[in-house]
Amino acid sequence: MSPILFWAFSALMLAFGVSVILNRDPVASALSLVASFLCLAALFVGLDAFFIGVIQVLVYAGAVMVLFLFIIMLLDLKAEKRRSFNKFALLGGAAVTALFVAGLLKVISAFPAGAKPFPALGVASVDDVRQVGLAIFTRFNLPFQTVGVLVLVASIGVIVLSRRQLK
Amino acid sequence: MFLLCFMKSDYLPILLQVLVAIGFACSALLVSLLLGKATRRNATKDTAYECGMIADEGPQPRFSVKFYLVAMLFILFDLEIVFMYPWAVIYKDAILEYGASIFWSMFSFVGILTLGYVYAVKKGALDWKS
Amino acid sequence: MDFLNDIPWMLIAASIAKTLFLIFGVVLPIVSYTVYAERRVSALIQDRLGPNRTGFPISLFGFEKDLQLFLGGLGQPIADAVKFLLKEEFTPAHVNKFYFWLAPVLAMVPALSTLAVLPFGNYLFGQKMVVADVNVGILYVFAIASIGVYGIVLAGWSSNSKYPFLGSIRASSQMISYELSLGLSAVPVLLIIGNLNLSQAIQYQIENGWLLLPFTDGNLTLRELLLWIPVLISFIIFTISMFAETNRLPFDLPESETELVAGYHTEYSAMKFALFFLGEYAAMIAGSSVIVVLFLGGWHIPFLPINTLESSTTPAGIALGFLHITAFFAKVVGILLFFIWVRWTLPRFRFDQLMKLGWLYLFEIALVNIFITAAILALVK
Repeated sequence: MSPILFWAFSALMLAFGVSVILNRDPVASALSLVASFLCLAALFVGLDAFFIGVIQVLVYAGAVMVLFLFIIMLLDLKAEKRRSFNKFALLGGAAVTALFVAGLLKVISAFPAGAKPFPALGVASVDDVRQVGLAIFTRFNLPFQTVGVLVLVASIGVIVLSRRQLK
Repeated sequence: MFLLCFMKSDYLPILLQVLVAIGFACSALLVSLLLGKATRRNATKDTAYECGMIADEGPQPRFSVKFYLVAMLFILFDLEIVFMYPWAVIYKDAILEYGASIFWSMFSFVGILTLGYVYAVKKGALDWKS
Repeated sequence: MDFLNDIPWMLIAASIAKTLFLIFGVVLPIVSYTVYAERRVSALIQDRLGPNRTGFPISLFGFEKDLQLFLGGLGQPIADAVKFLLKEEFTPAHVNKFYFWLAPVLAMVPALSTLAVLPFGNYLFGQKMVVADVNVGILYVFAIASIGVYGIVLAGWSSNSKYPFLGSIRASSQMISYELSLGLSAVPVLLIIGNLNLSQAIQYQIENGWLLLPFTDGNLTLRELLLWIPVLISFIIFTISMFAETNRLPFDLPESETELVAGYHTEYSAMKFALFFLGEYAAMIAGSSVIVVLFLGGWHIPFLPINTLESSTTPAGIALGFLHITAFFAKVVGILLFFIWVRWTLPRFRFDQLMKLGWLYLFEIALVNIFITAAILALVK
C-alpha cells in the first residue's frame, strides 16, 4: 500500500478520532467524527473496496451523523464543563491500557508469521459492487433477510418510542 | 514503487477535484475578506435579524418530535436503498443464471421493510398536518 | 528521492487540467449565466425587462456613457461577482464564528466535488472527458450530495438567530426525505443498465437508444417500449426529487422569503452568501448533469456515429470532441431552463404537503416502479 496517502489518511483519521473525545463541544465532536469517517472511506478506497468506501460516506457521514447533529442542535446541547479528573479512575484506566498493550505485544511477538510481508493479491477481474451483490444474493440470502427483520424492528421501535408525542 | 497502488488511478483525481473545490471556496472567501469594505460595527448590526423587531433572546424554540422521527426513518430506509444498488447491478445477469430467486429475494426484503413503513403510516408518523 | 519517480505525474497533470477546465471553464460560467438567465426569464414571464444594460462603468472615469461591450446586459454576472467581492464582509457578534465561516465552504465543496464522476464528453486531445471514471459513479454522486446537508445545518445553527435556524431545520428534513425517492428512482435505470459506472450508462444508451427516447439508436423493440413506462416514471420522480434536493421552488420552504426572510443564509453577507448561492446553482448543474447522463444519453448526439477519429489529436477529432462536450452542456442548459420555468410558474408547497408528497406518494410509486422494471426485464426477452 502506498506510504504517503495511507499514512496521511490514517494519521488524519486518528487525529479526528482523538478530537471526538477531547472536544467538549458536542458539535465539534460530531463534525470530527464525520471527518474521521471520510478518512476511513478513503482508506477503504485504498484497499480497492470502493463500494464499502462509498457506503461509508453515504450511510455514516451522510445519514447517521446528520441525525446526531440534528439532535445536538435541536436539543441545544452546550459544551460540557471541564471536570476535575478522578485520580483513581485515571490510574485504573492507565493500568488497563498498559495491560492491554502488554498483552498485544506478547501475542505479536509469539506469532512470527505475522512479521512477513503480506503476499500480493491478484487484481480482481470483476468489479467489487458485482461481487458484493453476488455474495449477498446467492450465498448470504438468509442473513440478508435477517437484516431486513432487524431494520423492521428498529423502525417499529423508533415509532413506539416517539408514540406519546404523535397521537 | 507502490505509490500508485494506494488508489486505483481512477480515484486519485477525485481527491484532486475535492482539493481544487476546497481551494476555490477558501480563496474566494479570502479575496473577499481582503478586498471587501472595512467592517463598521454598531449595536444594531450585531443583533440577530428579526425584521426590525428587537431580537427575542428567549431559549431556543422547541421542535416537534417528528423532525427526529423523519431523520431516524430516513436512516432505516436509506439502508434498504443501499442494498438495492448491488442488486440492480447484478440483476440482469443473475436472472439468467439463477432464475427468479433473485427477484423474490429482494421482493421479500422490501416486503419485510414495508411492514415497518405501513406501521409508520398507520401511526401517523409521516402525517405533518396535526 | 526515489519515490518521486513513482508518482503518476502525467495522470495528476491531466486530471488537474480536466478539473480546472470543468470547474472554471464550464461550470462556474454556466452558474453565473444561469443566475442571469433566471433574472431575464423571470422578467420575461412577468412582462418586465430584467437586467439588460450592464456595461463597463467607464462613466466613473469621466466618460459620458458606460461602455456597452456585451449586448443586453450580458456583463451583469461579472458585475455581480465584483460586487460580491467588494461588499462589506460582516460577521455579526452573536454568531458562532468558526462554524459560521465553515458553513459556506461546506455548502460549496460537495456541489463541485460531485461533478468529478460525470462524463461530460467523449474524448478531447486523446483524453477521456471525465475527471474520475469510477465504478461506483452514481453512488458517489449520492454520497457526496448527502454531505451537502452539513453546510445548511451548520449555517442555520451557527447564526444563533431564529429565521436561519428554522430554515436550516426545514432544509435538512426536506433534503433527507427526498434523498430516499431520489435514490429509489435511480434503481430502475440501474437495473436496465446493469452498471453503476456513468460512462457505461452512456455507452449502453449509445448502443440501445437513450432511455427516455429509446428510438435514438434507429430501432424500437417491444422490450424497449415496455421499459419506457417505468423509465418515464423514474424520470419524473427523479426530477421532482432533484427540485426538492436543490431547494428550488415549488420546494423552496427553507428560504421562503415571505415567511423566513432568506432562510438559513439570512445572517450572511458578501462572499459568504455568494458561496451558498453559487453552491445551490452548482448543485443544480450537477443534478441536471445526472439527469442527462441517466436518461438523455449524456454527450451522445443521436444518429451521429461514434468515430474512432475522436480519440486522436487531429483537428477533426478535436472538433468532434468539442461538439460532444457542447452537446452535453446544451442538454444540461435545457434542463436548467426548465428548472427556471418551473420556478416562476408554480406556487410553493406547504410543509405538510411537501412531506406527504415525498414520503407517501413518491416513495411508494418509486418502490413499485422498481419491481415493475425488474419484472419486465425478467419476462420480456
